[in-house]
Amino acid sequence: MGLATFNRGIHPPDKKTLAAHSPVTEAKPPKIVVIPLSQHAGAPCKPLVTIGQEVKKGEVIGEPGGFVSAPVHASVSGTVVALAEFPNAMGRMVNSIVIENNGKEEWTALKDSPDYMNLPAEELKEKIKAAGIVGLGGAAFPTSVKLSPPKEKTIDAVLINGAECEPYLTADYRLMLEKPTEVVEGLKILMKVLNVNKGFIGIENNKPDAIAKMKEAAGGAAGIEVVACEVKYPQGAEKMLIKAVLGREVPARGLPMDVGVVVQNVGTALSIYEAARFGKPLIERVVTVTGEGISEPKNLMVRVGTKLSDLIEECGGLKSGSVKVISGGPMMGFAVSTLDIPVTKGTSGILVMPEAEITHAEEFGPCIRCGRCIDACAMGLQPYMLSILSEIGHYEEAKEFNLFDCFECGSCAYVCPAKRPIVQLVRLAKSMVKP
Amino acid sequence: MEATKKENNLIVSVSPHVKSDETTSRIMWTVSLALLPAMASGLYFFGPKAFFITALCIVSSLVFEQAYMKIVGKKSVTGDGSALLTGLLLGMNMPASLWSFSPFTVHVPIVASFVAIVITKQLFGGLGFNVFNPALIGRAFALISWPKAMTIWNEPTAAFLAMDAKTTATPLGVLKEEGIAKLIEIFGDKMSLYQHLLTGNRAGSIGETSAIALLIGGIFLLAKRYITWHIPVSFLGSAALMAWVFGGKGALFTGDPIVHLISGGMMLGAWFMATDYVTSPSMKNGQIIFGVGCGLLTMLIRLKGGYPEGVMFAILIMNCFAPLIDRGVRSKVFGAVKQDKSKEIKK
Repeated sequence: MGLATFNRGIHPPDKKTLAAHSPVTEAKPPKIVVIPLSQHAGAPCKPLVTIGQEVKKGEVIGEPGGFVSAPVHASVSGTVVALAEFPNAMGRMVNSIVIENNGKEEWTALKDSPDYMNLPAEELKEKIKAAGIVGLGGAAFPTSVKLSPPKEKTIDAVLINGAECEPYLTADYRLMLEKPTEVVEGLKILMKVLNVNKGFIGIENNKPDAIAKMKEAAGGAAGIEVVACEVKYPQGAEKMLIKAVLGREVPARGLPMDVGVVVQNVGTALSIYEAARFGKPLIERVVTVTGEGISEPKNLMVRVGTKLSDLIEECGGLKSGSVKVISGGPMMGFAVSTLDIPVTKGTSGILVMPEAEITHAEEFGPCIRCGRCIDACAMGLQPYMLSILSEIGHYEEAKEFNLFDCFECGSCAYVCPAKRPIVQLVRLAKSMVKP
Repeated sequence: MEATKKENNLIVSVSPHVKSDETTSRIMWTVSLALLPAMASGLYFFGPKAFFITALCIVSSLVFEQAYMKIVGKKSVTGDGSALLTGLLLGMNMPASLWSFSPFTVHVPIVASFVAIVITKQLFGGLGFNVFNPALIGRAFALISWPKAMTIWNEPTAAFLAMDAKTTATPLGVLKEEGIAKLIEIFGDKMSLYQHLLTGNRAGSIGETSAIALLIGGIFLLAKRYITWHIPVSFLGSAALMAWVFGGKGALFTGDPIVHLISGGMMLGAWFMATDYVTSPSMKNGQIIFGVGCGLLTMLIRLKGGYPEGVMFAILIMNCFAPLIDRGVRSKVFGAVKQDKSKEIKK
């Protein structure tokens, strides 16, 4: 019996040693932060501040714009200096609040709750919502929404995602090593809120020390199980992790709640604990600054809104010959055109790649139908067919080949010997037809 | 098509930002490498003529591709190794006897290379867009155009530099015309027949005769995961079954499947021609349909058709169906069927 896993998938070099041994340290307080009002999936926030207004650390500066939304908070104390559109990592212009840090680090009043585990579930959920917590794995889906499943869905398990299957990234790994107890507490809070008595923590087997730490931290807790998963990308995709740990298959185009599971990232679990225990809003997160193109790879606790340029400077700057900066991991992250963009709640890493590590995208060949993408696709799709149909503009036909089941993990494009931009072609097709 | 723009000297492109080191040309070179044992066997048994014919096919293929791309004003793709592989396969599918100046038949491999590279591959859009296996169309064209020249078979000689070999019939030719008893008689006994067929010490196309050498190459490709078992096993399996059931004289279930498997172009076809990525289905279950079709058609032609050998036409016919099979066979999408085997959780 092998380790828990899913079918197919790929094995890219994990490159985690670059930053794995660097403990999480506080990043230098930024002089200025740019806090986008939309850093989560769902409706953007409405600003609650005006230019010139003084704000304290942790103060709500944007209120949710709908049910699927999450408030944003000031990550520094200081003065609001601008309220305008700024580019985000995806290259879109988003309304953002710019705060100049006064360096006083004054906190707004936070509500301490030493006996948080005795609070009613509703109140805990309210705290999580008020703290602006979203999924820190990358998708940034508002956590409070995941914790409010429709009545007809019965949730019976909470799964903490510690797979961290993206190469290079070590943020979740460091958290599991350094704050295992807090992560387990976060899981317990989630279990209480959802009224379930089974909790799982899925971790890829390339992090044996993290597995050991988490097992130790979860030791006495009833109903919590740490599961070692095979090292295989995309093991950390929700559907794949649920399949690996629980053997359940989320229906096509469905959600984890359809099989009774709520999945939360390790970092999210920590934020949940901090929100419940200290009333602390989500204003900082661990970001792995790494890659062959950065002088000193580090794991930093970074304020939301800190510019990429500040972090890169703190890590010794770009090495000469660095040509690509990615917000996120190498498989699903976004290449940025400027370092003037902020870290948001969903930024798990900043990856700097030198010329030698990248494949120039314009040099791709025709599909030779070798079928490697079929063997790689965790979703059981035929990526080569999607790419060919998209290339010739047959988008409707691509839909028949389950276009919308693709979650763009990039495994197909990784294995493609012709270096075809399959993910790009899939995105193009998705944008041209309705689901 | 992919927008790679440079702004602040940073490259922006769509994820993923890392790629495996596998490339199309490496695949082509590796498959060519896997053909070397069989090629060596061909050179050993058919001498310098085999070398000249194969070299002629390779050089012609490369030259035609280079020239075509130049004429239509496209970037040269000769470096991808695909034309080299086509030339090599084409050469291995030709009789060494073509290296003859009286009657003059040296033009046959050149024309076949033209048909393979220019007509079958490039006119259909180049690598990846061809419906048919280029080397096989090249060979089929030659066989139909010069039926006599393409069926003069030299007797294998281990004499390395012998240019004048006697002509003889192929084992499949004997089997077709005179039956298995005669074939065994020629080689002495059954074991000796098998032995000759396995080592390649028999008349036939340059690269098809040594079943062992081809098997070594095939297993190498399997081990490197360049091919999977699906096509070769379903091809050989269905052919063996057909040979056993219908291959005997008179009664059913009296045929000799082994003779059929290791003679003619069966091994070369099943391991190297039918497994061509572009012209075979991409889905595993589609590959089994394809392989079975190849096996059945090969044996239908061998047992009932006018030709003693059917591998080439069988693969070409199945090539037509490959795109159809690929569209008809769908993968099981994750989550498409409800699963019941989930771990029970006690509440």
